Amino acid sequence: MIEVTRKDNGLVAILSVVLGLLVGAIIMLVSGFNPIAGYGSLLQSAFGTPQSIGEVLRQMSPLLLTGAGFMVAQAAGFFNIGLSGQAMAGWFGSVWFALSFPTLSKLILLPTTIIIGIALGAVAGMIPGWLRARFGSSEVITTIMFNYIILYVGNSLVQNTFKKSIKATTESSVLISNHASLRASWLTNLTNGSSLNIGLFIAIIVVVVVWFVMKKTTLGLEITSVGLNDSAARYAGISDRRTATIAMVISGGLAGLAGVVDGLGTYQNVFVQNAVPGVGFDGMAVALLGGGSYLGLVGGAALFSVLKIGGLGMPIFTGVPTELVDIIIAAIIFFVGINYVVRLLIARFRKVTTKPNPLLVPVTANGADKAVVNGEQETSDGSESKKPTKGDEA
Amino acid sequence: MSIEAIFALLISTTMVYSAPLIFTAIGGTFSERGGIVNVGLEGIMVMGAFSSVVFNLSFAKEFGAATPWLGLLVGALVGALTAAVHGVATIFLRADHIISGTVINLITPALGVFLIKVIYNKGQTDMIQQNFGYVDVPLLNKIPVIGNIFFHNTSAPAWVAVIVAVLAWFLLYKTRYGLRLRSVGENPQAADTLGLNVYGLRMSGVLLSGILGGIGGAIYAESVALNFGAATIAGQGFIALAAMIFGQWNPLGAMGAALFFGLSQSLAVIGAQLPVIKNVPSVYLAIFPYVLTVIVLSVFFGKVKGPKADGINYIKSV
Repeated sequence: MIEVTRKDNGLVAILSVVLGLLVGAIIMLVSGFNPIAGYGSLLQSAFGTPQSIGEVLRQMSPLLLTGAGFMVAQAAGFFNIGLSGQAMAGWFGSVWFALSFPTLSKLILLPTTIIIGIALGAVAGMIPGWLRARFGSSEVITTIMFNYIILYVGNSLVQNTFKKSIKATTESSVLISNHASLRASWLTNLTNGSSLNIGLFIAIIVVVVVWFVMKKTTLGLEITSVGLNDSAARYAGISDRRTATIAMVISGGLAGLAGVVDGLGTYQNVFVQNAVPGVGFDGMAVALLGGGSYLGLVGGAALFSVLKIGGLGMPIFTGVPTELVDIIIAAIIFFVGINYVVRLLIARFRKVTTKPNPLLVPVTANGADKAVVNGEQETSDGSESKKPTKGDEA
Repeated sequence: MSIEAIFALLISTTMVYSAPLIFTAIGGTFSERGGIVNVGLEGIMVMGAFSSVVFNLSFAKEFGAATPWLGLLVGALVGALTAAVHGVATIFLRADHIISGTVINLITPALGVFLIKVIYNKGQTDMIQQNFGYVDVPLLNKIPVIGNIFFHNTSAPAWVAVIVAVLAWFLLYKTRYGLRLRSVGENPQAADTLGLNVYGLRMSGVLLSGILGGIGGAIYAESVALNFGAATIAGQGFIALAAMIFGQWNPLGAMGAALFFGLSQSLAVIGAQLPVIKNVPSVYLAIFPYVLTVIVLSVFFGKVKGPKADGINYIKSV
């Protein structure tokens, strides 16, 4: 059934976005804000100046990476809920290394720093991947647990392990040197001093590479086949454990790179966090909205970046708290999650206006069949399943 | 510090930190026994914490010392509403349980802080004046030594939690409702054939998880955090989830695991006052429950043996 309607993914995504924005509008109305003014200020804040456009583009880079990371894991049948922790590992590790060797030449320092960030994210993804492949432990639980382990270890590093010389306060580090920065003066100047950096180009190139690997290479095929049916994949000679672990390594590595881009490009330092960075959860949301398509991923990342950056300006213009954006994003994912309903609506709409829809055909055929052949039995069947529940068990 | 004083401090702090975990973990048990995976426990706790703090701040004058207890009822109600969203999405609208639960976790802190900003014009609330504090259990605190260690200056909600755990165990294993709830979590098809209302039973499990999780969040807010902000509930719900798994989806087991995690959390807080423990860096104590969960989940349990149909949507065939 899903296979037949997969081509509707784009429509489902658009409807989910519309419904999510509607939820946001209702919440604004109920809390005494004007939704039109609210969304107007959101667009104004996102597109009003070259600087804000730069920030929107900058915001896209980590989302593209964590989103792609989620998709690779998903292709192998993993629900990687630990992208946030993996990103934090990449962020903290790369910045710590950059702070420790500030005087190395840029040609050596920058690549090394990036590789260290990717490696830390990859390790953070590999362990849950390997644990599931080896012991069958649920990656949903283990990656959630790893989020907290990485959060507390990262915070403790800043508070207790960092040398005095690289600390700005007890809770934050000094800024990294220019040698490790992803900022480029031409990008900063082009966007009137936004934090847009070459992380965007890294992200775009990497997403293209990931798309190529997943769709055009043997490894991609192996990962996808393990995700679809691991027994069949094993029968076809693919090592399912190894492939699944590799998928989680790639997934974590991409999340780690997202952390690097944030650390070396956006924030330029590390500081104690209340929770693991939201970029992992947002990337997961982007990927879910994209519905398994890499083009959808880019569209989702663009949309969420506009919402995120626009949301920052909302309190200034209209007093609507920034948190509204997170509510909208979560609502959009909720509607993607209950896409069965959205699909049903689409199907019903189609049925009224045009030819019968493939989604509805089996349902109506089945129902009509029952209704004609033993219509009476259907009603008694329905009541039968409820009535005798009262006293049939000893 | 005398040995007795050390034990008294350790146990009273453990009880304070365990109470929210016990309630929430038992809530998760009901949901998953009915076949609905609930990773949204964290979000349910957030809503319980949020609503109880707002209630507490608004009505502390009217209700005085009864306020925190009434706050639990408010938390239970709001928790149930939150869980109902998860229940409707997963049971009736065929949503993926993990996605729906994750949405609950994402939306609740944002919604809570949004409403706090709308109501109070700032990012977090004031401290509540009426909180649970420490009380003596009457009569039992007169028992020599034991009374002093367990029932003097202790947390009242924690002892309620212990009682609730026993009741929950009885409900799940000794009543017809419990048998039916478990049957829809193991084999909904068969339960349906026997004439059980699969959807209704599953919903009841999810609602119980909302009630208990909401109470858990409210207890945490009114006995530990004492206000509400973005980071009030940071990981409590996930530790409760872990406690539920350790407890093998059994209320008494969940309570045991929650007590253990409560102990490790309290060590991270009072460790500096205790011999031996004070030499352990606090980060080890902070990550201990999470690391232990990963190890036990993998090495000792192997494939997690939860209810068979946990996380599988049941679609009634026409």
